[in-house]
Amino acid sequence: MASDSIAINPADVATRSVSERLHDWVVTVDHKKLGIMYIVYALIFLVIGGIEATVMRIQLMRPHNDFVSPQVFNRMFTMHGTTMIFFVVIPVMFGFANYLVPLMIGARDMAFPRLNAFSFWLTAFGGLLLYFSFVGGSGLYGAGNAPDMGWWAYAPLTARAFSPGHSADYWTLALLVSGFGSVGTAINIIATVICMRCPGMTLSRMPLFAWLNLVMAFMVILAICPLTAAQVMLCVDRYLGGHFFDTQAGGSAVLWMHFFWIFGHPEVYVLVIPAFAFLSEIIPVFSRKPIFGYPVMVAATVCIGFVSLSVWAHHMFTVGMNSYANSFFAITTFAVGVPTGIKIFNWLGTMWGGRIQFKVPMLFCIGFLFQFLIAGLTGIMLGTAPFNWQLSGSYFVVAHFHYVIVGGILFALFGAFYYWYPKITGRMFNETLGKLHFWLFVIGFHLTFDLMHIPGLLGMPRRIYTYEPGRGWDTLNFLVTIGAFVQGVAILVFVANLIISCFQGAQAGNDPWDAWTLEWSTSSPPPAYNFAQIPVVESRRPLWDIKHPEDPDWKYE
Amino acid sequence: MSSATFTDSPIESRGTLPSRGRVGMLSLIAAESAIFTIFVVAYLFYIGKSLSGPTPSDVLTIPVFGTLCLLSSSLTIHLAVRTLRNAKILSFGFWWFLTLMLGTIFLIGTGREWHRMIFDEGLTVSTNLFGTTYYSLVGLHAFHVTVGLIVIAIVMTLTVLGKVGSKYSERLEVFSLYWHFVDVVWVVVFTVVYVIGR
Repeated sequence: MASDSIAINPADVATRSVSERLHDWVVTVDHKKLGIMYIVYALIFLVIGGIEATVMRIQLMRPHNDFVSPQVFNRMFTMHGTTMIFFVVIPVMFGFANYLVPLMIGARDMAFPRLNAFSFWLTAFGGLLLYFSFVGGSGLYGAGNAPDMGWWAYAPLTARAFSPGHSADYWTLALLVSGFGSVGTAINIIATVICMRCPGMTLSRMPLFAWLNLVMAFMVILAICPLTAAQVMLCVDRYLGGHFFDTQAGGSAVLWMHFFWIFGHPEVYVLVIPAFAFLSEIIPVFSRKPIFGYPVMVAATVCIGFVSLSVWAHHMFTVGMNSYANSFFAITTFAVGVPTGIKIFNWLGTMWGGRIQFKVPMLFCIGFLFQFLIAGLTGIMLGTAPFNWQLSGSYFVVAHFHYVIVGGILFALFGAFYYWYPKITGRMFNETLGKLHFWLFVIGFHLTFDLMHIPGLLGMPRRIYTYEPGRGWDTLNFLVTIGAFVQGVAILVFVANLIISCFQGAQAGNDPWDAWTLEWSTSSPPPAYNFAQIPVVESRRPLWDIKHPEDPDWKYE
Repeated sequence: MSSATFTDSPIESRGTLPSRGRVGMLSLIAAESAIFTIFVVAYLFYIGKSLSGPTPSDVLTIPVFGTLCLLSSSLTIHLAVRTLRNAKILSFGFWWFLTLMLGTIFLIGTGREWHRMIFDEGLTVSTNLFGTTYYSLVGLHAFHVTVGLIVIAIVMTLTVLGKVGSKYSERLEVFSLYWHFVDVVWVVVFTVVYVIGR
């Protein structure tokens, strides 16, 4: 059918030289190519950030280890955090949004294709700038290397006295540059979703993926821009002798904390809302049921977006705010759990009574449901101010947010990789390798991050490069490191699966999962123009309507 | 099952969807507002916290003339876009040039104020917290004015070369949103710096 007529003729591709094809990728404004570039770029940085994590875990494997020096350890945790947040999860989410949003809403491209390319390259060069600090960070002063003040860069660690050389500047500029890229892409996503929908695609018929990415884009704008402003202030301090965060001249170190976390906490939701978006597409398809409670899902997401803008200072309970501020931020933190809980129940409601197919993407989504629930519960624990006073800055916090980001977001991402892999490459992945990846990763994840809670409860502070033996942390830390290696092996299986299947996988066809959203109506991979004919939709599941003309959805909506 | 395709259907007009330029610009304005909010909060937070002089009441004079010019440029750019929509190129050029001039006068006013403060009063970014926050906030706004003026100057040049027609009125209208935003921000900055902070 359509797939035969639109498929790229291999002979055409072969006649083009490598440099010509490379040139195509560099100058492209096609949302699909940019999406793939975002994703590949993020995968490269995932490996780099993973190596940094491994270095830390080897150092902490046993007490009094001297695998790396304290200075290198500081650089590792700073670079690991910054890389994973800014150059792995944000780009990969933007990659999927770029690739899928226009396809799902029946558009031929994003609203501003050139802005899209510009934003990607800003993000890409931002990452390179950050890593150039390893070489150029010592600067003219011959001091410093990669940034080593932690990913939240509290004052006064960023002051000239404590961060000589240019390491902090590379960090600042890298985040500024990639921040501009993020805002550009966010504006693009908003304009695309609002202005580029195909006929019949009303807001209430839009796939939840598009809805959630719309909310995510608004949150990027409201979260990244405060960080941009704070980075500009930091530049003023470091280069023009300003005093914003200079306590010697009346400036406030706490103000930086506020500004950073005004960015930092909504940022968590910027990362997790796209993960929710993946689940909201994958779970219905593999439960063979439409999503349960579509309007409530949208409302809960918008609600999360609003409430999460007012929870930031729960990162600062130990700073010494007054009791009103503590109460306010504790209450808002609990409140944000309510819409999140609604979403979890809606996914369970979708699965309830469905004919569940335990394919690899679904396995990862089910893993998400369990682990994200636990992550949310430890989050409620940490949101309780008095409990937080005890555990803030301990490994319990590290375990909590890795439970969110790895157990939640990364699992959803793996699900998304497997689910849309056939669409993006046109080939099926290897199911056995996929399941191996899943089980290895589940075992490694739980070995690492379940056990990591315990040394935290026993008092192990985060960001220490070594510890005394005999405090009851030794065995746990050893097992945590073993778990990290198991996860590393799982990632290798995953990458191998991606690469091998790209060449040897079975042809996927347009719609291998018998799914319902518009991206599955075009060929795999989709042609440059996406749709030969702009589709017209009449319900939330346009492909269901076509496949079941006797019982279309629009009769019931 | 794997080959669901859509049957022929006429492409309906997208009349009901908003223009992407407008939505994009409004999103950009939301982003810029977030940036300015942080700077304004920092300014308010640091009022009266400087450990040494000069203080705002020592050195600040209210820039009445510049403010009037900038605020009236909002009106002139609005008139310019409206006349362009009606294809009156000549009066468009007039209003556009007036906008350019009014914006430039504002910027010159800021430059003179800064020159006086730096060379006569000895207030720089590094003097005290007031200097740091004042030059950052007013400078951030002046930067936005400068960017706007560059765009206005480019359009002015194109108008003189006869390349601007009514078909571009929507684009210039989208740009005028930015210019209105810069004006509104000045109202906030003015209130914070010259009224509350002095």
